[in-house]
Amino acid sequence: MGTALVPIEYYRAHKRLWRRMVQAARLCCGVPDYDNYVRHMLEKHPDREVMSYPVFFRERQEARFGGGKGFRCC
Amino acid sequence: MKTMLGRLFFLLLSVAGAISLGVIALRRGEQINALWIVVAATSIFLVAYRCYARFIANKVMGLDGTRATPAVLNNDGLDYVPTNKHVLFGHHFAAIAGAGPLVGPVLAAQLGYLPSVLWLVVGAALAGAVQDFMILFISSRRNGRSLGELVREEMGPVAGVIALFGAFLIMIIILAVLAMVVVKALAASPWGMFTVVATMPIAILMGLYMRHVRPGRIGEVSLAGLVLLLLSIWAGGHVAADPVWGPAFTFTDVQITWMLIGYGFVASVLPVWLLLAPRDYLSTFLKIGTILALALGILFVMPELKMPALTQFADGSGPVWKGGIFPFLFITIACGAVSGFHALISSGTTPKLLANEQHARYIGYGGMLAESFVAIMALVAASIIEPGVYFAMNSPAAVVGSDVFGVAAQVSSWGFTITPEQLQAVAHDIGETSILARAGGAPTLAVGIAQILHSVLPGENMMAFWYHFAILFEALFILTAVDAGTRAGRFMLQDLLGNYVPALRRTDSWTANLIGTAGCVALWGYLLHQGVTDPFGGVQTLWPLFGISNQMLAGIALMLSTVVLFKMKRDRYAWVCMVPAAWLLVCTTAAGLIKIFDGDPAQGFLAQARRFRNGIDAGKILAPATTEGQMHQIVTNAYVNAGLTLLFLFVVLGILAYSVKAILAARRNPQRSDRETAYTVLDPQQIANL
Repeated sequence: MGTALVPIEYYRAHKRLWRRMVQAARLCCGVPDYDNYVRHMLEKHPDREVMSYPVFFRERQEARFGGGKGFRCC
Repeated sequence: MKTMLGRLFFLLLSVAGAISLGVIALRRGEQINALWIVVAATSIFLVAYRCYARFIANKVMGLDGTRATPAVLNNDGLDYVPTNKHVLFGHHFAAIAGAGPLVGPVLAAQLGYLPSVLWLVVGAALAGAVQDFMILFISSRRNGRSLGELVREEMGPVAGVIALFGAFLIMIIILAVLAMVVVKALAASPWGMFTVVATMPIAILMGLYMRHVRPGRIGEVSLAGLVLLLLSIWAGGHVAADPVWGPAFTFTDVQITWMLIGYGFVASVLPVWLLLAPRDYLSTFLKIGTILALALGILFVMPELKMPALTQFADGSGPVWKGGIFPFLFITIACGAVSGFHALISSGTTPKLLANEQHARYIGYGGMLAESFVAIMALVAASIIEPGVYFAMNSPAAVVGSDVFGVAAQVSSWGFTITPEQLQAVAHDIGETSILARAGGAPTLAVGIAQILHSVLPGENMMAFWYHFAILFEALFILTAVDAGTRAGRFMLQDLLGNYVPALRRTDSWTANLIGTAGCVALWGYLLHQGVTDPFGGVQTLWPLFGISNQMLAGIALMLSTVVLFKMKRDRYAWVCMVPAAWLLVCTTAAGLIKIFDGDPAQGFLAQARRFRNGIDAGKILAPATTEGQMHQIVTNAYVNAGLTLLFLFVVLGILAYSVKAILAARRNPQRSDRETAYTVLDPQQIANL
């Protein structure tokens, strides 16, 4: 340890791990990362309207289970 | 230096695996520790992942990290999203892990743990994981297409229709057999029944909250739901002990069957956000949590295996299911070693989220190894309980009788000494009145899990709490599967019938939806009812049918992979898929033919029908039937099951014929003829920050 300062990345790694776990938990429920979606829309389709989180969530819920999808393994 | 260390690590791992396997195989007649199995499986899996999976990735498939995947090409932030590989692994694992790998090994434990361990390890490394990995690769190079579409594209439209029909049949069987697992677990169990019923208002509360109060807050609402679930388990104990409420929640298996059929019908027409989605969240998190808890529990408790390595039932005379090691061990284990259903996931959502082809090995091959590891843990849980208790729980009344004294005497006569008092003590410990005739795997597994968790967190009456926790955990995701499967089946049926009556295809029409739902529920409901009332005990017939169908779908997926390899002009590596495909074909065909034509009435459907028909003609009642109605029922069941098995054989042989045709055509053709999408170079910028 010595007197060296804790590098700043140390904290970032923490946050990143937590973020990944939240992403994985949400993806298991069929909801992909919302921030990533917003970033994608702003970058690639600035002309289109970005869904708010509640709308996005409902859209994903319908996409996962509607139309007979969402049946998972035995 | 790093590679040297890595090599040393894998060398040590191989040695550890070899030693553990040696201990498992050679120490006969004395109990061994469950850790030997865990260590053997882990080290073999890691070595297989490092060597065989890498060989498949580099030589057989030729994975190309510079090739843009569908997720990158069609990135829309919704369906197609390049995803961090660990996050995607979590998603993929949660999607493929279910009740199958938990139930199969428990039923297979009647042969002793050794055959199951060997097949789980070898089957996963050489067949199951190869299938998942290959289909993920094939689908990802074809814009994330589904298995049915892939078969149609590579083998022709007729083969595509046969594959879709096969998938529909399998789904009906799965729904029936899973529902039967729940029925067997909840019959005459007010505690279990109360907690399972309680999940519905809990899920609806969660659904309303997520819809109207704080939309999309999955984390907080799941946490609240979990607390309510644990409260309902605690309350269930009091309900069961109550003189009024206890009997009010006590139902026979036939009553529960009708409730489930009604439930399946209602739940699959409700809006998804109300019941299905919130319960799916609960079941997903509970499943992952319980699997992790079980793994930690086994490491921490280090239990001894009480089941012998090999029992006398390896000769095919077992009470839980009939048949010898070949082919029925492979049919019974099913999902934990190789599961056709994974091909539907590997060609469904996962390829649309794959950021880079190079991740496919970790997600496809690695994901299946993790699933197989779950099956190993289920086997451990079933093998640490007293073998006498295991056989008393899983043998049908037709074989061992239905009172504690008779069962204890019968099971003891097989060499698994157990007293009636011990059986009653176990029932008392887990808060039930009886543990007899609880076939289906879930209750046995729950007893094993309860023993492990109870050793970690002891406490008075906690054994009963953990038992009902484990039952709830299985019932929860089985009910979700029933609900989602009925929906999926309804759409398939509407699509199928829509060819003749176009109006039925309209999914916005209530009449069409209700007809589709009723048709689907009627199909699995019939099989479920047949299984539950079967005097032989339905697990004996339905589980082999399920195993045959599941392994058959895996055979189709592996035949497709073989065809694709030939079309890619990778002939000399085609054995990677051809060998497991051939093995699955041999197993499913042999099992199917034995189930139909075997001369032993306890095994072959036709012989059984003949025997009981002769009995009816002679005016006799043959055991296990007790009335003439049951005699007729046995005959009908036998014919229905023979017909289903014949259909499966037709599907698998049909696909085989089309595969051979496609392979011969590919070999004549000097050019590559597969339908891969064109190569597009990947801009590393597109998958930065993952």
